[in-house]
Amino acid sequence: MMATLQKSKPLQLLLLIVVFILLCLLVPANEGNWLWRFPTLLKSLPVVINNSVDYLMFDWWLIDVWDPDIEEYEEKPLMRQVTRSISGFVLFLIEFVRELMLGGVKTIVTFTSWDWATENPWARWPGLPWTVVTGGVVILGYALSGVGLACFVGFAFTYIAVFGQWEPSMQTLSFVLIAAPTAILIGLLLGVWSYKSKTVEAVLNPILNVAQIMPHFSYLIPVMVFFGIGDHAGAIATIIFATPPMVRLTNLGLKKVPAEVAEAGLMNGCTDWQLMRRVLIPSARRDILLGVNQVIMQCLAMVVIASLIGAKGLGNDLLIALNRLRIGLALEIGVCIVLIAIVLDRLSLAWANKQTDYFADQSFKERHKYTLWFAGVFAAGVALAGIGQLIFKEGFNYLYLIPHNKGITTEPFWQAGVDWMWDTFFYALKGFNEWLIVDVLIPVKKAFLAMPAIATFTLVMGIGFIVGGIRSALIVGGYLLFIAMTEWWDRALITSYLMTMAVLISGVIGIVVGTLCAQNATATRILLAWCDTFQTFPSFIYLIPVMMLFGVTDTSVLIAIVVYATIPAARYTVVGLRSVPSELHDAGSMSGVNRFQRLFSIELPLSFPHMALGINQTVVFALAMVIIGALIGTDDLGQLILGSLSDRQGVGNGLVLGFCVAFIGLAIDQILRTWANKRKAALGID
Amino acid sequence: MKFRSPKMLRTLAAASCVSLMTMGGAAKAADSTQPIVIPLHNWSSQVVMAYVIGGMFESMGSNVEYVPADSQAVYESIRNGDVTISHEVWQSTFGKSFYNAMAKGGVIDAGTHSATTLEEMGVPTWVIEENLCPGLPSWEALKDCPEVFATADSEGKGRWLEGPQSWHGDLMPVRLEALGLADTWTVKFAGGADALWTELASAKKEKRGTIIFNWTPNFTDADGFTFIEFPEYFDGCRKEDGGDGSCGSPKGWLKKAANYKFPKTHPAAYTAFSKLDFTTTQIGEMAALVDIDKMDHKDAAAKWLADNEDVWMPWTQ
Repeated sequence: MMATLQKSKPLQLLLLIVVFILLCLLVPANEGNWLWRFPTLLKSLPVVINNSVDYLMFDWWLIDVWDPDIEEYEEKPLMRQVTRSISGFVLFLIEFVRELMLGGVKTIVTFTSWDWATENPWARWPGLPWTVVTGGVVILGYALSGVGLACFVGFAFTYIAVFGQWEPSMQTLSFVLIAAPTAILIGLLLGVWSYKSKTVEAVLNPILNVAQIMPHFSYLIPVMVFFGIGDHAGAIATIIFATPPMVRLTNLGLKKVPAEVAEAGLMNGCTDWQLMRRVLIPSARRDILLGVNQVIMQCLAMVVIASLIGAKGLGNDLLIALNRLRIGLALEIGVCIVLIAIVLDRLSLAWANKQTDYFADQSFKERHKYTLWFAGVFAAGVALAGIGQLIFKEGFNYLYLIPHNKGITTEPFWQAGVDWMWDTFFYALKGFNEWLIVDVLIPVKKAFLAMPAIATFTLVMGIGFIVGGIRSALIVGGYLLFIAMTEWWDRALITSYLMTMAVLISGVIGIVVGTLCAQNATATRILLAWCDTFQTFPSFIYLIPVMMLFGVTDTSVLIAIVVYATIPAARYTVVGLRSVPSELHDAGSMSGVNRFQRLFSIELPLSFPHMALGINQTVVFALAMVIIGALIGTDDLGQLILGSLSDRQGVGNGLVLGFCVAFIGLAIDQILRTWANKRKAALGID
Repeated sequence: MKFRSPKMLRTLAAASCVSLMTMGGAAKAADSTQPIVIPLHNWSSQVVMAYVIGGMFESMGSNVEYVPADSQAVYESIRNGDVTISHEVWQSTFGKSFYNAMAKGGVIDAGTHSATTLEEMGVPTWVIEENLCPGLPSWEALKDCPEVFATADSEGKGRWLEGPQSWHGDLMPVRLEALGLADTWTVKFAGGADALWTELASAKKEKRGTIIFNWTPNFTDADGFTFIEFPEYFDGCRKEDGGDGSCGSPKGWLKKAANYKFPKTHPAAYTAFSKLDFTTTQIGEMAALVDIDKMDHKDAAAKWLADNEDVWMPWTQ
């Protein structure tokens, strides 16, 4: 009996489920009962964190600082001075790039003083006309990749200018142009370091895990306390959010470089640096570029959130537009964000893929072709702006900058679209919505809340044990124990309920759509482009139409999560299916299988591990959206994180709540990843 | 070029550090030229008022800077000196954050506007005109028609759509309990203001009853919004003050907050800011320029400043 049980996993699972159900039935729901809800031993953790942060920022190592404005010495803590110097430097960089494009005074002030700048009102940087910036980017696109990219980039920038979003777009762009390269650089360095040292990798891995899954809201408050409010704070939060995938992918890419390649480099007498720069990194280019793509997508995805702590530009305008329910305007702004993301992605890709040309003996004109072109564009643009100054008398110059309420707008069209959607779908959807809430969501939510803590532990740790042995069981149990000992176990159960429902729906949709699209190369390309678009398109925009159709209910929350969380499920399925070697297809065909048999017996089983990782990412994305769901109205962890923004104990609460969300994700990650790795080993694929 | 840039950056960084240190050595009697940082939140009247106040400071020769900020988190930033002022501190929504920051030190109360505010549960006026629930706006009417306000997830009870829980905690559930409505009514917490406005719009389209949390002055005033008349507020009626919570909201104040250093660094600007005082009508005017006339926030502020010189000029003297 025991022997069969040890061998058969399905039997183990069955036994586990029986025990789970028995526990659910037998443990009474009683707050004093430790089997029902664990004692909240970690209740004071947020307070401890808060007090430490307060001490660090306000009381630790006070130094006397002369404040010239009030002409007094003030006691300032060292930590604050240090973090504020970092802020100052980041802000300087952002302002510098911004003022190149839009003009201003702050860069001049940095080198002089406010007093001087106030006395000399002529000392203002003028900023470039939009025609010059657009021309410059078109030349860049042409130089890097050719006519195609030049046309696309030109279209994107003209769109931004003509729709009157120039100023906020350039503000956003300047912020991304600092955040993204910094994230890429840090990611690359950490990735290389973790490739070279096992210790670093071991230390970095859990940090990256937590950073990737923790909702960005929960570290907004600490960032604000340490670095203040403004573009720099937004940039720092964005860097924290965007760096992990870069580290991961760099490390992965370097590991995949065959040993022979590295040895060939060594045989040719490479130094360490040359080996890395000339051999390893170029060989790992594919994965590193994927990392760059992810960094850019994540940076643009953060634009709206970053505006909550002071980033100027499109994100802030978007929030104001949504607060007035101006969906059309919000949509136009959203399109600008997506366009900037795609432009940056394509340009960086083209730059990385560009071959160095080794032509010698070029004339001055040939060597400096693009510089000369740009000089031409610059002269023409400035001249046009000058003419514009004479033509347009209303106080704004269309050839210099189109103000945001003077551009073309398609708002009425989108508004009409929303109205049409309402009239067409509302009554049909209403019945569905009621059924979903009354017959599915409410019962499931109640079932989750009716689980005794001991039953949850048994179930999750049991699955961990079946999949990955005692080690996995203990890791998963550890994550759960942390959540159980905070006072937010019930809230975490609600989060889990929303996440479970969302992952089920997203997983099914993603895998089905992914499988269908993977059958055809064009469909694959289109699907991947869709994935990129929806990953950067601010989810705030579709919250409003969704709320109009489904009300302030869990259905709306679920839909918002599903739209976003389906992306990785679809992406990984497609990539998994497309990466099945063609030899296996041929081998299958030769053995006489038909198209369907091949799909179901060869391709799908081989890409199951890949899909599992896709589902893993779906969980991550769903948890990231929990906070967006809170903006609709939930009573889970997300709502509390949102609330901690105004809380006196906000830093500690936000962080601990963030950890709770991250640990739910990590527990699932542990199980799915172990399973996928075992499957991969069994199938002999990597 | 590629290899020169790090060095250039270093030089820039060094130069910027040096200039930061030497900045503003000379003694001054007048206002500092350091910019006054004004926060921008996500509703129209606040943004226009920010530009109006900024314009006023600029007319006095100060430098002004605007920074987008979350309306709850901003008080922590004022305390730290990252933001200089806040000009719309609503009693019931931001009072808690404001006093929390004040208790920690670093924020000062810079006076109160004449405008009074009301933050209360209410219904769109057409709900009363259509007579969906006879007897409104008196709260007693709610006893008889919870089913008009029921939704799919309220399990047959009438639903109050309250703002996020972080705004007033359990105030509304306690009130329902105290008024004896808890058996037939339930409170749902919305995630943010967007959710409230969306509910208004969708209820109107569907012509169904809805009770939401709202405030005045607000842009919804223009479409008609009626607040429910609860038993009048008195000191000590709320649960945290020892009462049972069976009363409505008080007429609330609208305050101004500033960083504690602001009076010392910019004495003239601070004096003007403390004299600054808007009425409900003026705030309504500013919001209407944007919400109804569809003007740009900055243009609206410029127009308001030009049209109302007699109002704000005296404050700057």
